[in-house]
Amino acid sequence: MTEQKKTVSIHVPVLARVEGEGALDLRIDDGAITELRLRIFEPPRFFEKFLEGRHYTEIPDMVARICGICPVAYQVTAAQALEKLFGVELDPWAHAMRRVFYCGEWIQSHSLHIHLLAAPDFFGCNNAIELARIAPDEVRRGLRIQALGNELMDLFGARSVHPVGVRIGGFHAAPSLSRIQALREKLRTALPEAEALIRWAASIPVPQDDQAFISVALQHPADYAIERGDIAASDGLHIAAEAFDDHFAEVHEPHSTALFSRYHGQPYLVGPLARLNLNHARLPARVNALLAESGLLLPSRNLFHSLVARAIEILLALHEALRLLDAYRVPDSPWVPVTPRAGITTGCTEAPRGLLWHRYEMDAAGCVVNARIVPPTSQNQGRIEEDLRLSLLNFGLDHPDDALRLHCEKVIRNYDPCISCATHFLRMNVERS
Amino acid sequence: MNTSTAHPIKPRVAVHKFSSCDGCQLAILNLGEDLLKLAERVELVHFAEAGPLDPDTDVDVAFVEGSVSTPEDIERIQHIRAHSKLLIAIGACATAGGIQGLRNGVFDAQWVTQIYSHPEAIASLERSTPIAGHVKVDFELWGCPVSGPQMLAVVNSLLLGVAPHDNADKVCTECKRQGYPCIMVTRGIACMGPVTRAGCGALCPSLGRDCYGCYGPAENANTDALAAQFARQGLTPQAIVQRFQSINSQAPVFLAAADKIRMNGHD
Repeated sequence: MTEQKKTVSIHVPVLARVEGEGALDLRIDDGAITELRLRIFEPPRFFEKFLEGRHYTEIPDMVARICGICPVAYQVTAAQALEKLFGVELDPWAHAMRRVFYCGEWIQSHSLHIHLLAAPDFFGCNNAIELARIAPDEVRRGLRIQALGNELMDLFGARSVHPVGVRIGGFHAAPSLSRIQALREKLRTALPEAEALIRWAASIPVPQDDQAFISVALQHPADYAIERGDIAASDGLHIAAEAFDDHFAEVHEPHSTALFSRYHGQPYLVGPLARLNLNHARLPARVNALLAESGLLLPSRNLFHSLVARAIEILLALHEALRLLDAYRVPDSPWVPVTPRAGITTGCTEAPRGLLWHRYEMDAAGCVVNARIVPPTSQNQGRIEEDLRLSLLNFGLDHPDDALRLHCEKVIRNYDPCISCATHFLRMNVERS
Repeated sequence: MNTSTAHPIKPRVAVHKFSSCDGCQLAILNLGEDLLKLAERVELVHFAEAGPLDPDTDVDVAFVEGSVSTPEDIERIQHIRAHSKLLIAIGACATAGGIQGLRNGVFDAQWVTQIYSHPEAIASLERSTPIAGHVKVDFELWGCPVSGPQMLAVVNSLLLGVAPHDNADKVCTECKRQGYPCIMVTRGIACMGPVTRAGCGALCPSLGRDCYGCYGPAENANTDALAAQFARQGLTPQAIVQRFQSINSQAPVFLAAADKIRMNGHD
């Protein structure tokens, strides 16, 4: 070859349209990737450490602060873990309403991600404000759906960011029937909007970029797993949340403040596409019909299908919320009394971005002895690096730096990384020779 | 005097993030239709989570979320201050160091080694501190999180050319106006409302639960009286300290209240 040796180095100093902060360093020598590092530099906040010594009644309010975008996931996972340890039998009302509350967060977070963070890339826009100039009706529809998700969270938590309604044993209060009736009408009105959103999302051309990966998600026999279930993987694994540590390990890479998770030593995928891959058979009939219409074939090996996967999950969440609220009754009491017990417990739910796992050791007085929290973004971090490597090779390394950077950003945004959650995210650096 | 509200020149606005959960930025991203209106009235120069990236140009107003918690943060906030006419700190992290301020005074280098296998790669200050601890702050908006209406009120004040105002009275005043029965009096629940800054609209009492102080200390907060009340309700000194040491642990009034109980032991 007569081609000159060249080194290309791309540095993306702050990744836009992701939640929290991170950077990407990419070095290409002689047409090969020699270095690719996703650096999460969200400062560590040491949540696990300052939970120590705190009373169980404070935990839902404290863990919410790990993430402003998915506080419900943190609250419900912690409550699930502690209620299991304390032997609490939740009222069926509280079980159902935890799912409705969680559906609100999926709707809010997914719609925010699709419209404000991910979609602008596919229309050549820098942000949602620009996108709103060329697709005003679609962006406004998205903002309305996002607002409805917030309203569902608000219904049980009085506000959607750091809601205040969850208590160990149920909820602090039950919404009145009149508020539920009003919201049911809004949910019904939103169903055709969410169906139109799926059709729009499915019409957006995305790269063909198939890769081999393992999907991991909760599975439940009764429904599309959100707030409960066992941990399942696409290679056939099916375990209880307690056995997480036997199969998954967190490792620290010095270039990042987020820990990397490995499944049997391998990177793996959590989140909407992993869930659809594993659980599409549990979708309600109408959501399944829209899935079929979208043309998305499952299981999918193309992470660019994440956008339409989120749209499908919005419709699912609207259906589930409506189904459960159609049967709404005001309970005798929104919570049951709790007596703390000493011991070790785990909780696991599907945050909007994927599997969220908590482990608590509690003392007899109901205070935390130690805590461990494994958020979805740190689980996806290894997969994102692997994806970037494969996706860039598929895309072609000869593209100009700006095109490479945009492609990398699109790949990363497929995962909707929440860097604040990772506590322990993107700037991009490309070097070539 | 210019009383025009046509705003031929849009004010240049930046939103910066430091150590935080991103929740206060959601006060903007959750505005819905108002978000599109806001974008017509101001020029969003830098707002990484929403897309615009330009942290280095001069702006009229910089909103800052998050606390200062790494050596790099200190340089960054000074840079932002030097390039902003007005700097507004939003949320508990920016005004009081946030929940991560709970590490202050108890931080142990072992924490890093217990969580990270390459502790040398983790740059973290021993203390998480509010923005005003490092640079001049023109206005503080308290709350964990701040709300959309609070943010819009500040932006509208600035667009009208008047100083922003924030309610520093107590949650109790909001609770009474809404007509909620006092949960401390009627149900004996230890509530932080009497010393906590208004602004949320008494959300916790609306659900029949205790306020936990997420908006920080109100002005003229009588923490001694409240601590004594908590003791009469049977809270242990340790439990009372934890009431003051939560979301806004480093706010001076709450920190002093906790220190006093610690020193008095079993009083």
